[in-house]
Amino acid sequence: MTTTSEAPTTRAGAPRAWAKKPGGSLGRYIAVRALLIIPTVFILVTTVFVLMRATGDPITAAQGGRLPADQLAERIHEAGYDRPILVQYLDYLGGILTGDFGTTLSDRRPVTEVIVTFGAATLELAFYALIVAFLVGIPLGRLAAFHRDRWPDAVFRVGAILAYATPVFFAGLLLKLVFSVWLDVLPVAGRASTRTELTLSRQDGATGIYLIDALKTGDPAIIGDVLAHAVLPALALGMLTAGVFLRVVRTNVISTFGAGYVDAARSRGVPERRLLRKHAYRPALIPIVTVVGLQIALLLAGAVLTESTFEWKGLGFQLAQYLQARDFVAVQGIVAVLAVIVALTNFIVDIIAALIDPRVRY
Amino acid sequence: MAATASSPRASRWTRLPVIAQLRQSVGLQRGMLVTGLVLTAIFVLTAILAPVLAPYGFSQLRGPDGAFGAQQPPSAEHWLGTTQGGYDVLSRLIWGSRTALLVIIVAVVASILVGVTLGLISGYFGGWLDRTLVVIADAIYAFPSLLLAIVLAIVISGGQSSMWGGILAAALSITVIFIPQYLRVTRAEVIRIKSEAFVESARVIGAGHARIMTRHVLRNSTRTLPLILTLNASEAILTLAGLGFLGFGIEPTAAAEWGYDLNKAVSDVTSGIWWTSVFPGTAIVLVVLGLTLVGESLNDLADPRLRKRAAGAEPVEDLGVDPAVPGAAATPETTKEAAR
Amino acid sequence: MTDLVEIRDLAVTFATDAGPVRAVDGVSLAVHPGEVLAIVGESGSGKTVTAKSILGLLPETATVRGAVVLRNKDGGEADVAQLSGARLRQVRGRDAAMVFQEPSTALNPVYTVGWQIAEGLRAHGRLSKKEARAQAIDILRRVGIPDPETRVDHYPHQFSGGQKQRIVIAQALALDPGIIVADEPTTALDVTVQAEILDLLRRCRDEFGAAVVLITHNMGVVADLADRVAVMYQGELVEQAPVRELFESPQEAYTQQLLAAVPRIGEGLARAEVRAARRPEDWDEQEPLVSATDLRIVYPGRFRQPDFVAVDGVSFAIKPGEVLGLVGESGSGKTTIGRAMAGLTRVSGGSLSVLGVEMNGARERRIRPIRSRVGFVFQDPATSFNPLLTIAQCVAEPLVVHGRAESSDDARARVDELLEAVQLPRSYGDRFPHELSGGQRQRASLARALALDPELLIADEPTSALDVSVQARVLDLFDELHRELGFAALFISHDLAVVDMLADRIAVLHRGKLVEEGTGEQVLGNPQDPYTRRLLASLPVPDPVEQAARRAQWQAEAS
Repeated sequence: MTTTSEAPTTRAGAPRAWAKKPGGSLGRYIAVRALLIIPTVFILVTTVFVLMRATGDPITAAQGGRLPADQLAERIHEAGYDRPILVQYLDYLGGILTGDFGTTLSDRRPVTEVIVTFGAATLELAFYALIVAFLVGIPLGRLAAFHRDRWPDAVFRVGAILAYATPVFFAGLLLKLVFSVWLDVLPVAGRASTRTELTLSRQDGATGIYLIDALKTGDPAIIGDVLAHAVLPALALGMLTAGVFLRVVRTNVISTFGAGYVDAARSRGVPERRLLRKHAYRPALIPIVTVVGLQIALLLAGAVLTESTFEWKGLGFQLAQYLQARDFVAVQGIVAVLAVIVALTNFIVDIIAALIDPRVRY
Repeated sequence: MAATASSPRASRWTRLPVIAQLRQSVGLQRGMLVTGLVLTAIFVLTAILAPVLAPYGFSQLRGPDGAFGAQQPPSAEHWLGTTQGGYDVLSRLIWGSRTALLVIIVAVVASILVGVTLGLISGYFGGWLDRTLVVIADAIYAFPSLLLAIVLAIVISGGQSSMWGGILAAALSITVIFIPQYLRVTRAEVIRIKSEAFVESARVIGAGHARIMTRHVLRNSTRTLPLILTLNASEAILTLAGLGFLGFGIEPTAAAEWGYDLNKAVSDVTSGIWWTSVFPGTAIVLVVLGLTLVGESLNDLADPRLRKRAAGAEPVEDLGVDPAVPGAAATPETTKEAAR
Repeated sequence: MTDLVEIRDLAVTFATDAGPVRAVDGVSLAVHPGEVLAIVGESGSGKTVTAKSILGLLPETATVRGAVVLRNKDGGEADVAQLSGARLRQVRGRDAAMVFQEPSTALNPVYTVGWQIAEGLRAHGRLSKKEARAQAIDILRRVGIPDPETRVDHYPHQFSGGQKQRIVIAQALALDPGIIVADEPTTALDVTVQAEILDLLRRCRDEFGAAVVLITHNMGVVADLADRVAVMYQGELVEQAPVRELFESPQEAYTQQLLAAVPRIGEGLARAEVRAARRPEDWDEQEPLVSATDLRIVYPGRFRQPDFVAVDGVSFAIKPGEVLGLVGESGSGKTTIGRAMAGLTRVSGGSLSVLGVEMNGARERRIRPIRSRVGFVFQDPATSFNPLLTIAQCVAEPLVVHGRAESSDDARARVDELLEAVQLPRSYGDRFPHELSGGQRQRASLARALALDPELLIADEPTSALDVSVQARVLDLFDELHRELGFAALFISHDLAVVDMLADRIAVLHRGKLVEEGTGEQVLGNPQDPYTRRLLASLPVPDPVEQAARRAQWQAEAS
């Protein structure tokens, strides 16, 4: 019955099978899907807590061996890590409900503040990468499907597999080596040159998203500087995601291209290119959107590595810093927040997929 | 067709996964599959023969002529140069394949055992257990796997470790991420198989749950496993390298690990030292490429919609009349169906 | 007048992994203006391939030899076999259009039906969106879609199966083509809906002046609609004749055999009488093996959706040795009843007693003892065997499970006996299921169901996936085995004629309710319920003369 491909290479959303029953109205679908966020977030947050605390408390983990036993015990008591684990868990859940993800050990900052400060940079990077991924992955995926089993398909597919097979940090290093060191045309690292960063941070009402802030200054030199710094990280992260998009689009378009209604439209004299554009692509869009939405997780993991490679001072970069500092409260907080973001994004994506599908809409 | 009909047993080895697909493949698919198999074979052989192939040990800093020296460019003594820490790049490259292979084996075996068992139980019995497992699996599945691996690496090894500590930390964290995938795939297959008439037929006959699960359901629902196995193996390497790159890898004195080497090579790149990053990075790419090519081709061949040509035709009804048609022994109607 | 289509010496070969396969070989055919030409054949006859070649719709793996000349209304002609690209597109839809078997897959789910009709129109002429829409509304009205002004903006899933097929036909009619190729246009539909679609196809010829090429395996449909018939077998054209001539005096052996295999209502009467005569005298007083009282089976709705009542207050009984035929259209609950009797579906209310065990509320442990006394034959021969076990292992499975044999090897002697009983060579026991044809597999399925010599056999549409001639042989086998072994049976089918051949009594289900029950003579000869009458009236009789008379009578009643 279903025309969506459940190929294990693609991450198809399971909640969809749950709610997309014939006759269900859109309103109910959204409501059911929204309710499903709660257990998802709960499970993720709990998993993170259980795992992080299974072996002990964060202070021992960070300072163990470096502090005398009595000082360590005092510190643990201060932070409340000697209370029963269940109490700590409820405390942690209660904190999350009120938006409190804890305070970092190393620099004593609330995790939410860290998120707000560094989140903008990650958002900006993810946005650039998504643009690259959409511009490259989707059209090439359609082309590959159209020329399936002929040479353009072969070239695009091998390209997509290479994009997937290259670790994003290695791609980043190669790009740096070629464009920054050998050709010396693009900056090596960072989000902007020091002077630009200074200008932008002095600006009133800075968003932290450099592109917007730079556009507000109206200074072409600053805009150019910001964009030049974005090219390599966006390419490294974007190409990885583009490879996945290409494969998802290709697989789904090929499977809808073989559907009965494509043959039916062909029998009415509809041109081949239009068959692909209208009849195969549009129905394929529903699984594509769902699968593409699930790549947000991949994108976030990739962002952590990309930021470390390019010293792009976002959440991922900061996470790596806290990891080096063995600040596990910060790690736990940031990971929990990212989990919530992933759950929310998947919800939005599922709603978009439902909106495209008239079978859910009506 | 006549050959398979007369000697089903003789052709049994050709039904084995991979070999069957290799025989079935044509053209581009065959090229992809063969390339993938060759790359994978080179990787496995390198890992097994590492002590023979590697010129030096993975943590060796000095040869008979004294210390290797740090960041030496490729030369006769060090074909691929030396690293910032003064190790031989080629040796660490070769020894690194061993670490990667061990991680893959532990991760894949552990996650298959747990994932397939859970998927079988979940899909077969359904009910609240199934729903709970699915919600948990979905939640973990949607989560950035690297972050989960980081958390697990902290738990298992406290972030730094010996060879086996590091391997187990990487492998087990990858296992936790893979279990939901095996669970989902096995469960989906089990649910599909469960509604097939032959399983219902076993129920009607009166076979018990254990017999139905092992004899009828399990073996029929492992069809897609070789494919996920290859894909997860490549994901295992990428996760291991990612962990290493973030500084959660294995200490250089404990074992060689490509991600760790790349982490140490970040600063080299800025000063134009390319050999410390390009070689381990390329090793990762080639291994993942090989495994992914195998997986992709298997996927194509398993999915009739993506398949280039139809397989053998259906047997024809013996109608007892022969209106002077010399046995055109295939049914185009069914052949065409399969080609869709 | 000249022929609209002239197929000359057509040969089509498909490239497959197993080497080239000849699908159509040396077929020459002509379609005259304003006629319905039926191409009849069983699976593998090449009828669909022949029909698709008229529109050049064969896949890339096909190699075509010969000529397919298509003439349009303006007198132009083209050899479709030689056309490609833009020229081929011009012909498609304008000169010849196609109606597909499965209306639900022939319509794109994400576009409105109006959009899809307009697309065909705009692919061939310079129409504004408004004009195309107006034409779409017009054509929808003409194929009998009520309220077309609103419905034109609806999506396919908002229509019923029969309406969808009307829309597919509307799409075909939209460009006023000279010829419509209909590939099994009613196979996916229920009998009562089929009658309406056949009527519409007749109007395509009478009112729209299109010639129709009708691809079908159903002789009743042929008798109802066709003017001329071409019979195909294994890629070759066996016989061509006007419809009455063909049915009255088929020339070729294959045609004769095909026509003889078609089940006809009324044939079962004699058999039922023979069976009744052989029963012991006290049979009437014997306890029934199965008895259902106010049986109710409900599938609970998910997420506050209403429950689905599949079976609603049904009562019946099956006595030892008796065959009860259960007839109904899709969704009538007939399969659900069979599954409940086998303990595969839970009973929600009322009582269902099978071999003395009450199935309402029974646990698997209570049901297991009677499992060895109940056999089940499934509908789809393709999936009813474990693909990894040999036929012998599959047939031995009940013997092993119930401890009559240690292993499948141990049971081999009994398995061979069973295979012989269902007329399969012993050597087939060593084959894997995919190495058997559908008919052979269904016979093996019977062997497995009868392995423990059951008192009750449940057969769920055992022949609906088979070709007519194969069906006839499986039904004969069933009858023969029943005579020898004397089991009681529930025989489920959507086909009244099939049920009539085997059943002592017939029960008619409609939307979960039992509307009529009685002997074949009562139910088919003198139906009381209006639904049974409609079902009988919609079933086309495989005899063109009689069917024409029935249609005239039916239309007179309707007007």
